[in-house]
Amino acid sequence: MSKPIETTYREALREALREALRKDERVFLMGEDVGRYGGCFAVSLGLLEEFGPERVRDTPLSELAFVGAGIGAALGGMRPVVEIMTVNFSLLALDPIVNTAAALLHMSGGQFAVPIVIRMTTGAGRQLAAQHSHSLEGWYAHIPGLRVLAPATLEDARGMLWSALEDPDPVLLFEHSSLYGTSGTLPAGAGAVDIDHAAVRRPGTDVTLVTYGGTLSTTLAAADRLAEDGVDAEVVDLRTLRPLDQDTVLDSVRRTHRAVVIDEGWRSGSLSAEVSARITENAFFDLDAPVERVCTTETPIPYARHLELAALPSPEAVANAALRTMGKTDG
Amino acid sequence: MTRPSAAVRHRMDLLRTMMLIRRFEETCAELYSAGRIRGFLHLYVGEEAVAAGVLPTIEAEDAVVSTYREHGHALARGVPLESLFAEMFGRVTGCSRGRGGSMHLFDAGTRFMGGNAIVGGGIALAVGLALADRLQGRRRVTVCFLGEGAVAEGAFHESLNLAALWHLPVLLCCENNGYAMGTALATEHAQTDLALRASSYGVAAWPVDGMDVLAVEEAAHRAVESIRGGGGPHFLELRTYRYRAHSMYDPERYRDKAEVAQWKERDPIRLLTETLQAAGQLRQEDLDALGREIDEAIAAAVAAAEEAPLEPVDDLTHFVVSERRS
Repeated sequence: MSKPIETTYREALREALREALRKDERVFLMGEDVGRYGGCFAVSLGLLEEFGPERVRDTPLSELAFVGAGIGAALGGMRPVVEIMTVNFSLLALDPIVNTAAALLHMSGGQFAVPIVIRMTTGAGRQLAAQHSHSLEGWYAHIPGLRVLAPATLEDARGMLWSALEDPDPVLLFEHSSLYGTSGTLPAGAGAVDIDHAAVRRPGTDVTLVTYGGTLSTTLAAADRLAEDGVDAEVVDLRTLRPLDQDTVLDSVRRTHRAVVIDEGWRSGSLSAEVSARITENAFFDLDAPVERVCTTETPIPYARHLELAALPSPEAVANAALRTMGKTDG
Repeated sequence: MTRPSAAVRHRMDLLRTMMLIRRFEETCAELYSAGRIRGFLHLYVGEEAVAAGVLPTIEAEDAVVSTYREHGHALARGVPLESLFAEMFGRVTGCSRGRGGSMHLFDAGTRFMGGNAIVGGGIALAVGLALADRLQGRRRVTVCFLGEGAVAEGAFHESLNLAALWHLPVLLCCENNGYAMGTALATEHAQTDLALRASSYGVAAWPVDGMDVLAVEEAAHRAVESIRGGGGPHFLELRTYRYRAHSMYDPERYRDKAEVAQWKERDPIRLLTETLQAAGQLRQEDLDALGREIDEAIAAAVAAAEEAPLEPVDDLTHFVVSERRS
């Protein structure tokens, strides 16, 4: 057995890109500043030098055109990996993503699949204010025809890309901006991972905490805090936001009889609403308490540190919500 | 009569394509008025010379990206007639299995990459197809049809910049029929010289008489040859006119009948017919026979399409995602 590798979320993503570029000559990267700059978050640093400008393509600031061109290139037999700097900017490319990539296979009666992978940053926490910090992945998870992934761990950062490239349909990867510097170890042979199932990140018996992406660490911190109060929380990481693996969530809830959904998106019309609805639709009689939700306060994300923190889900808020389901606090 | 030359036979093919498109569109209008087909229906009557002139200039392995007014493009590309009518009727034998309808005709067999009902929505797609050809070392050309209304979209400018920046093998065929739905060209564009605007990106661009199929074919041929020779993207502004309403719901309050009549004076089918007749290359009996042949083909296709089965409702959710991962 080789020794585990010390790495970061950013390096794990880069290694995944490098592996894909090496293994499949149809793969190429495209996006704003992915080449000479090395990627807005330095994920693709060094890849231009290794693979050249044809396969690591800097684009103009034209989200609509380069995402649309990525879709066309996918139709033409390539396996493009398109990077959009943030989910906020992806709104400039909503048309090609939703009206074309997601719909083309169905609209063409099964003739034209679109094997594109689109990576983008999501989430708040770095005082970047209202046009760089939102969590809109739940919107994309609304759209039939898309697969939506949220790698929250080093293993998933390393392994989801290759699995996404093997999917013949469009896949969106949401990387929470707070995670890039996360460090840890990976097995030497780390590679492709399953992208169909949610994962239990912490087993527990008293309450199920369901989350994904950037709020996984928040939720695990809450579980530690709950343990101090004698509450044994189970943490489920959704990993794949569409199609939702509701079985893993329901299995957990049927054991714990309580659920809290944690989502950095806003509460109204959110992914957390969907998960909550699935639980009440399918496991209502297993529940000992109403499903709780912890979401971002319904405001554009503010710049000031104290306001930004106040808007986002915190370990305290998650722990309090869990305690409410236990009937243990005033909330 | 001696056997017609290849050049004459080719002109007869162009005439046949234009007549087929017109009869197809007239038949669609009749079917629509009778309530036998539904949805939106955007007819190409008057614009036939564009599709008929452009598409013979490319090869089978080239790709075509189209708009929502694409029946003519599909026919001129060789998408089977019956599959087009079957699509209008929403049948499983339709070219998109009844999931697309009039605005979303697709056919992998002829690399017909679809009618796109988002104005300008196909342009970036075409640029990407051209990029894929470049990256795979193929000498293919992608033809992208768009309307003059699309020139006002950001998608047009972003995509043209990208195509020019990367010198990609794509031919943009802008069908300038004078109206973006009901908005006249000069009402929506500060600069109405569309070729000039395209050329500002360093793209070879020029206007073409879109009512003259021979002029269209000559221009497209020149552009395609240049693109295949490494000349980068080209833009043709094909000046044409739509005789019928924008869609079947359009009361046409935005133009007067005299204008329509004036354009009909230069009807593309009539122009070519007169050219051939003046050269002694088309006898009336041959023209009549051609008309009958087309009518019969259309009647047979409509009958077959209308009798074709519907897709079982149980299959509704097929093709949302691929059945199997590669």
